[in-house]
Amino acid sequence: MPTNKITGAEALMRSLEHEGVTTLFGYPGGAIMPSYDALYDHRDTINHILVRHEQGAVHAAQGYARVSGKVGCAIVTSGPGAMNTVTGVADAMIDSTPIVVICGQVGAAFLGTDAFQEVDVIGVTQPISKWNFQIRRAEDVAWAVSRAFYIARSGRPGPVVLDFTKNAQTDLTEYQPKHVDFIRSYRPTPQIDEAAIKAAAKLINHSERPFMLIGQGIELGNARQELLALIEKANIPVGCTMLGLSAIPSDHPLNKGMLGMHGNLGPNVLTNQCDLLIAVGMRFDDRVTGNIATYARQAKIIHFEIDPSEINKNVHADLAVLGDCKETLAAVTKYVQVADNSEWIARFGVYEKEESLKVIEPAIHPTHGPLLMGEVVRRVSELTHNEAVLVTDVGQNQLFGCRYFQFTQSRSVVTSGGCGTMGFGLPAAIGATFGAPDRTVCLFVGDGGLQMTIQELGTIMEQHSPVKIILLNNNYLGNVRQWQYLFFRKRYSFTPMLNPDYEKIAEGYGIKARTVVERTDLDDAIRDMLQTDGPFLLQCAVMEEDNVLPMTPPGANVDEMMLEIK
Amino acid sequence: MDTLYTIITYSENFAGILNQITAVFTRRQVNIESLNVCSSSTPGVHKYTITCYCDEETVHLITKQIEKKIDVLQARYYTSDQIFIQEVALFKLSTPKMLEQPDISLTIRQHSAKIVEVNETYSIVNFTGLPEDIDSLYTSLNTLDCVVQFVRCGAIAITKNRRELLDEYLEKINNL
Repeated sequence: MPTNKITGAEALMRSLEHEGVTTLFGYPGGAIMPSYDALYDHRDTINHILVRHEQGAVHAAQGYARVSGKVGCAIVTSGPGAMNTVTGVADAMIDSTPIVVICGQVGAAFLGTDAFQEVDVIGVTQPISKWNFQIRRAEDVAWAVSRAFYIARSGRPGPVVLDFTKNAQTDLTEYQPKHVDFIRSYRPTPQIDEAAIKAAAKLINHSERPFMLIGQGIELGNARQELLALIEKANIPVGCTMLGLSAIPSDHPLNKGMLGMHGNLGPNVLTNQCDLLIAVGMRFDDRVTGNIATYARQAKIIHFEIDPSEINKNVHADLAVLGDCKETLAAVTKYVQVADNSEWIARFGVYEKEESLKVIEPAIHPTHGPLLMGEVVRRVSELTHNEAVLVTDVGQNQLFGCRYFQFTQSRSVVTSGGCGTMGFGLPAAIGATFGAPDRTVCLFVGDGGLQMTIQELGTIMEQHSPVKIILLNNNYLGNVRQWQYLFFRKRYSFTPMLNPDYEKIAEGYGIKARTVVERTDLDDAIRDMLQTDGPFLLQCAVMEEDNVLPMTPPGANVDEMMLEIK
Repeated sequence: MDTLYTIITYSENFAGILNQITAVFTRRQVNIESLNVCSSSTPGVHKYTITCYCDEETVHLITKQIEKKIDVLQARYYTSDQIFIQEVALFKLSTPKMLEQPDISLTIRQHSAKIVEVNETYSIVNFTGLPEDIDSLYTSLNTLDCVVQFVRCGAIAITKNRRELLDEYLEKINNL
């Protein structure tokens, strides 16, 4: 009897194609084998990137999503495979990154029996995913995949985990593509309240010292034009969160730099002097606010947010403007009057000068002593004409990277902000090369973080993925060492690190590598790296005990930044 | 000041949602005083009645975080004056002690509780009322040292609001 039934695994592949998936990061194993078997027939349309560890698959999917704006997708097996994705899922949750992780699972009949490679993936990922679902029947595949992608990308994006039982992969079903774009219990984008829009405009029009904080929400909402229209009309200076750094060009005159613990002096100090604080698509993380009890107490606060549960979570907002910031910013701009604010804006200049003199210039243009992380970052940025994608790992490499890299284009920062996941950088950079194949992807990574996911050099080798790896090697877990220096009486408890020969490791993977020790060799080495077709490891032997400054010590007030360490 | 709040939540009838809801309390380190889950008057929709002691800021955040869950339709919190709240309690009492001390049956009558079963070993008392009335009856009976077993169900509540917020929401969403 003729039948048009297909396996659940084949339905998964067709559903992924239906969702526009062209790149899939994954690692096969027992319980996902039927899906990998189906994938074998879809190699023309779905480019599967074999990673070297499942953590790498999720971080790569994150990197892909962050630069492309599309949903990143990873596929792994059950049990340990699924558990290895957990860090990445949690990371994507806190950084609002749209990914779908598909895990194999034991057959439905074995669920709950402690079967081989069975882990309660739904239970484990429930608190760290935007949604998760166990597919136990082949006929649910199309619906579940479509719902997963819709939830991952809509509203405030986030990770979705699909736990795909083996029987659902092998059972036969009729396949009809599904298109979920409505869930009655889920309102991804709150309706715009016109009264809030007018109230926001009124507050802005009456403000003499407005200051705007922008976060990744601008990038996620593709709202750069709307943002610029508003701030240029009302002359509002802007500070960026780490994930919002490329939401506005670095050289825009109203861009006053990065917020937070290691951000710029002006935006932090003046947070406590503005009369109106306008937060857009950011969540008042403790790394941004410092001591919450003294944070912007003098100012009225407007919070533009897509997620209602963020309102008043950390900082009390006098006015909440709910909705997609692309729409709400445009709506407010209509009612906002042209303003000058030049006297207020000039105040940032005073702090810029001070920071430049005491911190920035010595960090990016040193004339003697060992190579510094800051100068490496700035030179790489300049030699890519500030057009590259910045990927960082976590630690000093991340803080120097975010402080001194410069941006012209949107979606140019890929870093683990909320979770601070060491080991994120290398696989995320691989993902970024697939998400933005036409752009240069520069990864800044420390000797600690590189070794957490160093196996992904294998993926780079196999894919010839053009990641420009800039290893800022200081033989320390630098950021922890800095804290030990400052707050633990210089007791370097397990932060010095004996390192392998990274050039030899790169050589083993067939990746071209070079080490820079002398300042005079830096430019040539960076040019060599950028001109090399394909991956490159540039190891920079940087000052061992360098500190990221300025710094708001943990728990201190936002305007109490240390410019130097005595 | 910690107040007794009742959070009334409606969700789709999917597996695992109760877990998601209680996890919000756990993260905020708020203890659930009582919890009742049942199907609601709307087909396919489950109703959760959860009581807890906390301050208003906390209950506000908890409620919003519950409502953020994909399959939760609505979550609202109420103080006890905004809802009609009832709870059922069952007491297993020692019959010999009841016969010895007339105060026990007097206490039962004063609270308008019902004796629903009697044999020579034990008697069962059923009481429906406000949570604090159950507390009071339990304390009185316990003082008389006759309680063998005691159990109470989670508080159930109906809003005193003249508007039906879930119906309004569903109507609005269906008209989108």
